[in-house]
Amino acid sequence: MKKDIILAGVGGQGILTIAAILGQAAIKRGWHLKQAEVHGMSQRGGDVQSHLRLSDQPIWSDLIPFGGADMILSVEPMEALRYLPYLGKEGWIIANRTPFENIAVYPDLEKIYGEITRQPNHVLIDADTIAKDVKANRAMNIVVLGAAIKHIGFSVEEISDAIRDIFNRKGEKVVEDNLRALQAGIEAK
Amino acid sequence: MEKLMLLGDEALAQGALDAGISGFYAYPGTPSTEIVEYAQRSKQAAAGNVHSKWSSNEKTAMESAIGMSYAGKRAMVCMKHVGLNVAADPFMNSAFTGANGGLVVTVADDPSMHSSQNEQDSRLYGKFAMIPILEPSNQQECYDMAFWAFELSEKYRIPVMIRLTTRLSHSRSGVVRREPLPQNSMKKPEDIFQFMLLPAIARKKYKHLISLQPEFVQEAEASPFNEIKLDAKDTSLGIITTGLAYNYLRDVFGEKPVPYPVIKICQYPIPDKAIHQLYDKCDSVLVLEEGMPVVEEMIKGLAFSGTKPIKGRLDGTLDRDGELNPNKVARALGLPDTYGEDIPEIVAPRPPALCVGCPHADSFLALNEAIKEYGRGHVFSDIGCYTLGFMPPYNAINSCVDMGASITMAKGAADAGLYPAIAVIGDSTFTHSGMTGLMDCIYENTNVVIVILDNLTTGMTGGQEYTAFGKLEEVCKGLGVHPDHIRTFFPIKKNWDEMVQIYKEEIAYEGVSVIIPRRECVQTLKKKNMKLREKKA
Repeated sequence: MKKDIILAGVGGQGILTIAAILGQAAIKRGWHLKQAEVHGMSQRGGDVQSHLRLSDQPIWSDLIPFGGADMILSVEPMEALRYLPYLGKEGWIIANRTPFENIAVYPDLEKIYGEITRQPNHVLIDADTIAKDVKANRAMNIVVLGAAIKHIGFSVEEISDAIRDIFNRKGEKVVEDNLRALQAGIEAK
Repeated sequence: MEKLMLLGDEALAQGALDAGISGFYAYPGTPSTEIVEYAQRSKQAAAGNVHSKWSSNEKTAMESAIGMSYAGKRAMVCMKHVGLNVAADPFMNSAFTGANGGLVVTVADDPSMHSSQNEQDSRLYGKFAMIPILEPSNQQECYDMAFWAFELSEKYRIPVMIRLTTRLSHSRSGVVRREPLPQNSMKKPEDIFQFMLLPAIARKKYKHLISLQPEFVQEAEASPFNEIKLDAKDTSLGIITTGLAYNYLRDVFGEKPVPYPVIKICQYPIPDKAIHQLYDKCDSVLVLEEGMPVVEEMIKGLAFSGTKPIKGRLDGTLDRDGELNPNKVARALGLPDTYGEDIPEIVAPRPPALCVGCPHADSFLALNEAIKEYGRGHVFSDIGCYTLGFMPPYNAINSCVDMGASITMAKGAADAGLYPAIAVIGDSTFTHSGMTGLMDCIYENTNVVIVILDNLTTGMTGGQEYTAFGKLEEVCKGLGVHPDHIRTFFPIKKNWDEMVQIYKEEIAYEGVSVIIPRRECVQTLKKKNMKLREKKA
C-alpha cells in the first residue's frame, strides 16, 4: 500500500502543515514516509510544492515520478494544474477554488475550474469560505485536507489525532479550530 | 529507539550532536541552513554548551572550526556549495594542517539551482583538497555519517567532507538514533608544527597528505556505506551510483531487485578495485550521479584504457545539467517512462517575488525615481531577497554575481567612469563580505553610493541573526565613511519625497556615500507577532 501525494500552493499557504499532519498519521500506522520540501528563494511568494510519499514498504526516492502521484492536493486552483504531469491515470485532484492572486495577470478562473473538473477524479471546494463559515479563518488548508482524506484512505480519527499532536503546543483553541475545519472539509460538496 | 522525523539537514545535525560535537560554525545558505538552525533549537546542544551561533561568513566559520579542532574538540562547519568558494582558502589549507579534534566540512549543493546562482559540485573541491568525502543517500545515512566522519577525521587527523544535495537536505524521513558519545575535552595539538604552514613545513605536510591517499582508497573499499553487488546475472550493463542517485535506481525497479551489477558509492575516493571488477565484468557502464559528471570523468579519463561504452551525463544518456529524478533514470535504463498530462496552457508562471509590504520594494521604487534621468544600468546588486528587485515591476537592479560583489563591482565601474555607480546590498550580506569592498572605496574615495537595505535580518534564508546587527552606522563610520554621508530613512510610501531626495543628494556628492533604508522584514515581523499570540493563548 502506498500513497504518493503532491501538495501544492503558494509560499505561506500552509502546505507543509498538511504534510506534517499526514506524516504524523502515517507514522502512527507504522508506515514509512519521505517528504521533500521547498525552502529558500522559491518560497518567496512563488509556487511551492512538496512531494509526500507514504507507504507500508520502504520508500527509495524522495521524489515522486512523473505520472506516479495518487493525488494532487492543492490549496490554490491554478497551482493544482501546474503538477498535472505528476498525476497518475487513476489519481485524484483535490483543490481549493479561491485563487491567490499575486501575479500581474491571473488567468480566467472559469477556465482554470474547467481544466480541474475535466479530470475524471476531482474535488473542487471553496475552502476559504468554508473555513470562515466555521470560524476557523486560518485553517483553509485543513479544510482542503478534510476533503482529501477519504481518497487517501485515512480515517477521520487518525487525522484528528494527528491534528491534536501537531497543534497541541499552540493551545486548545487552535486545535479546536482545525478540527472544525477538518470536519467541514470532510462534509464539503 | 524511537524514530525521529528529520530533514536530511536535521538528521546530520542530530548525528553530529550524538557524535560528541562541540561546535557548529556556519553562515546561512540554502539548502544548508537547517543544520545549524536545528542545533540552535536543540536542548541537547544547549545542555552540552555546543557552539551554534552564526558566523560572519563561510570563511570565518571554516577558520573557527579549524580553531576548535586545534583545541582538540570536534567541530563542523556547514555551508551551501557557493559558500565553499568563500571558505576555499582555509578549506584547502586545512587538508595540510589536518585536524586535532574531529573536523567535518558539510557542504550542501543545489543542483537545478532551486535557490542558487550556479550548480557547482563540491565533490570536486573535496578531490582538490585530497580529503575523504562522504555523500549520504538518505536521512539515516546523514545521521550515521556524522559519526563516521568524525571517526575518520580523528583516525587520520584529516578534515572530512560531507556532501549533501537539495533533495536530501530538504526531505524528511525517519531516523533511528544511537547511544550518544561524549564530547572531547580540550587538548592542544601534540605537534607544535601541525598548524604552522610555513613553506618548509607545508612541503612535509603535502607529502604526508599524499601518503595518506592509498589509505583513503582502502577506507572507501571497505566502507560500510559503499555497497558493491557484482553478482547479478545480466552483465550487459554495470551501474555505478553516487549518493542520492541510488534511490532513483531502486525506485524505478520497484520491488524487483536491480538485474545488473551495481556499485553504490557513498564514500570517496572512488573504490578503485570494485570499479575495475565491474568494468571487466560488464559490457557497458552507466554512471548515475547527482551533480556534475565527477565519477564519470574519473572513470573515463583516468582508470581505464578500455573501449567499452561508459554512459552518463557526458555522452547524453542523462542530461548534462540539473538534478536527477526517477524518470530520467528510467529513461537512461531504457525502462518504460510515465508522465501525466502536460501543464494546461492557461497556467501562468508564478515566480518568486518580494513579499507584499516588503521594505525593499519601497526602497527600490524610490531609487528608480531618483535615477530615472540616467537610464538603466547603474545599479549593482547582490545575493538576497532584494535580488528579486530585478523582476517587474521594479526592474531596479542590473547585476547579481556573488556575496559582496555589488560594492566592488560598483567601484570598478566607477573607476571606469560610470556615474552614478550604485551598489545595493542587504544588511546581512554587507556583514558577510561587503565591508572589505567598502574599505576599497574609502581608500580611494571612489564616487559610489552604497545602499545597505536593512531589514534587520538575513531574510532570504528565513530570518537568521547576523553579526553586525544594529551596528551598521558604527561599522561604516569606523571604516571611514564621512558621518554626513551615512544617511538613513524609513522605507515606506509616505516618505517618498524624503527617500528620493536622499538618494539624489548622495548621488550628487562626489565620494563614498552610504544610505541605509531600515524597516523590519515583514516575514520576521509576522513570525514575531505569531509567537506573541501563541504565548497569550
